[in-house]
Amino acid sequence: MKDWRYWLAEQRGTLLAFGIFIVMFFIYTANHPAGFTANVVQTASNKGVLLAFVAMAQTLVVVTAGIDLSVGMIFTLTNCLASWLVIGTGIETAFGVVAVLGTGLLCGAINGAIVIYGRLQPIVATIATGAVYFGLALLLRPFPGGSVNEDLADALTGRLFGAVPASLVVLLAVVLVVWVPFSRSVLGRAAYAAGSSETAAYMSGVPIRRGKFAAYALAGLLAAIGGLFLTFFTYTGDAAYASGNAYTLFSIAAVVLGGVSLFGGKGSAIGAIFGALAFRTIGDLLFVFDFDPLWQPLFQGVILLIAVSLGAFALFRVRNRLEWFL
Amino acid sequence: MDGAVPLFRMEGISKRYGGVRALEKAELLVTSGSIHAILGENGAGKSTLIKVMAGVVAPDEGRMTLDGSEVTFASPAAANKAGIVCIFQELSLVPELSVADNIVISDPPTRFGMIDRKAQRRIAEEALARAGASDIHPLALVKDLPLSRRQMVEIAKALARKPRILILDEATSALAGADVAKIFSVLKRLRREGLALLYISHRMNEIAELADQCTVFRNGRNVASYTAGSKSDNEVVELMIGREYSHIFPPKPARAASAAPPVLEARKLSWVDRLDNVSLTVGAGEVVGLGGLDGQGQRELLLAFFGVLRGLSGQILIDGRPVAIASPAAARDDRIGMALIPEDRKTEGLMLPMTVRENLSFAALDRLSKAGVIDRAAEQRLIDDMVGLLAIRTAGLDIPVGALSGGNQQKVVIAKWLMRQPRIILLNDPTRGIDVGTKQELYQLMRKLADAGAAILFYSTDYDELIGCCDRVLVLYDGAVKRELVGVELTERALISSALNIHGENAGPTQGADA
Repeated sequence: MKDWRYWLAEQRGTLLAFGIFIVMFFIYTANHPAGFTANVVQTASNKGVLLAFVAMAQTLVVVTAGIDLSVGMIFTLTNCLASWLVIGTGIETAFGVVAVLGTGLLCGAINGAIVIYGRLQPIVATIATGAVYFGLALLLRPFPGGSVNEDLADALTGRLFGAVPASLVVLLAVVLVVWVPFSRSVLGRAAYAAGSSETAAYMSGVPIRRGKFAAYALAGLLAAIGGLFLTFFTYTGDAAYASGNAYTLFSIAAVVLGGVSLFGGKGSAIGAIFGALAFRTIGDLLFVFDFDPLWQPLFQGVILLIAVSLGAFALFRVRNRLEWFL
Repeated sequence: MDGAVPLFRMEGISKRYGGVRALEKAELLVTSGSIHAILGENGAGKSTLIKVMAGVVAPDEGRMTLDGSEVTFASPAAANKAGIVCIFQELSLVPELSVADNIVISDPPTRFGMIDRKAQRRIAEEALARAGASDIHPLALVKDLPLSRRQMVEIAKALARKPRILILDEATSALAGADVAKIFSVLKRLRREGLALLYISHRMNEIAELADQCTVFRNGRNVASYTAGSKSDNEVVELMIGREYSHIFPPKPARAASAAPPVLEARKLSWVDRLDNVSLTVGAGEVVGLGGLDGQGQRELLLAFFGVLRGLSGQILIDGRPVAIASPAAARDDRIGMALIPEDRKTEGLMLPMTVRENLSFAALDRLSKAGVIDRAAEQRLIDDMVGLLAIRTAGLDIPVGALSGGNQQKVVIAKWLMRQPRIILLNDPTRGIDVGTKQELYQLMRKLADAGAAILFYSTDYDELIGCCDRVLVLYDGAVKRELVGVELTERALISSALNIHGENAGPTQGADA
């Protein structure tokens, strides 16, 4: 086989998510009253990147065969923090941004430390830390409020050269600065190896712990970038429990749609980004076809079920029935 | 090689797992430029020995010296750094990563902090070529490769680490003839290049072809070291056995083994590459043993009978009538009446957090209930019977089964199935890891059940047990029945030599003459 066919096989999940998104987005813009305009794309992009950041965060953890149920709460906490700190002069704002991102990184690092060194199950550990992070968010913002540096907010949620959504450019930059180096580093490979077969990785002398720790910590950072962007869109901080939880659950849905295996070791954040964008587009599609928004959860559920079923076909090939339960 | 300076030396190495002694003051000398074979039966301590060498387990006592200076390895990575690389029996490849990723996994080449994919590709291609496996594409995912190709990747991965000592643990067990020949020429070349090779294999002909030096292990000790070719196969087998009978077995009934009508019969069972035209019969009142080395298809054979495998070819007959057993539920159904005592009681036999009572009645709930409601009184009677019959020692029926000792847990597994009064009982190495007293009780029970008319198929890795308990033993090798041992033929020597397939060509029963 030629090299490109191996590449294709490896990227199948990502390409599939990309395809689903393109088709859905095409249908959406074709039926939008305004059509494919810079405005429509900008609005869609701004809605989509929030989930895209959180889904990227989830990908990093899922790749290690873990799960992070606190991403939505880190997202909420950093939103509340940003509504206090990302304000004032240029220097003050810059420090605020660094502080918000540092907080996300710290939250992720705490998750990682508990899961890896405390040997707790990721699902339990992150439910608990998620509750703590939300508690902190509530202390920061008992009621919605606060403000943000509006010049920065408008710049990052507006358009570049009148056509390209700035939020999309930031998303691309984050992919290039965070995801690409991580996935190609030794630590990134350790995270994948640990997710695929932890014993094999251990036997091969792979730095499993450091790899997993890096994955959890960076997940916190990515969720914080999402929280920052939420502040830029809304100009306020809001410790909204339902919204935090929804982001956590949607991030898992986006990851699955994006071809990332919940069993770990397989998938890419790029796929998860397209999964997130596709998941967001479901709501937009209902809008242009004049469905009641009440239908949205139902449709999102159906789409998710279909996506997950695609992955289950492998079970038909199993010849030893005991392998069904592995 | 005589007089060569030893590269690596192990002295007085001991290791215990709980109460089990895996290694007892073991010694080993390894010299450069030679192939050293390690022999021993299942559980003789070979695997533990190499795990100690490779830094996977830490020894309880003893010392290791490399180039004359003492070393300790805290992890496999530390052993690798010192130049000791092991190819394990259980493969150590990461399935979702590519061949090239796997080959460089311990120490990937980096550039500006990121993995240098070009360099990685080059290293992988070189290593694959050195392992004689240039046909494997570096970008292929390991999980998509067949087992034999994975083994070649495993060897390439080891070579990419530039080892001084290379350990091969049953490296050829998954390989076909052509691949074995390829590996042999690779190994011989490595020997010429000055590597020290440790070779663990059960295939005597391979050892005869490759080894310069041999060491035999038994019960965790090295019992003999000799220059390859200086002992006959029979002498080697003698060294490997050398074990006293320590168990008391119930007397076997004196009768012709084939007198009983077959209750369970298999005709030419084949499954993927694990079972190869297996035919056998088990009569009522008969205990038939399955022997051979670990992993020669015994487990798969039992699973095949129990309806777990899909895509099975051949026929299974119960009472002389062909049946299709589609699931364990069908197998335990009264018309067939089969029970399987699984190998891994913790995952396949018991629900550890649940109570003794619940675990006992699980398999028989359908018999104990009317219209979906459990008859508590009947359940209690049956449970009392079983606890008495098997002498299960428990503080109560309502404590979690996980709190019992290993032997008593195993009794619960067996009792659970006996509650259905099965006619056919399949046992998968049921005495592994349980104490001698409980073992004896189980032997008595097996004979009692057989005398009551049950047909018993019994797989064990313990040769004493097979000899002491079974009326007949079928020895499996590579998924096929290589030999049937009956009555006086049933000796430890015969079991081991047929398990190693020493008399491979002339001693087997006629197999697959017609299809």
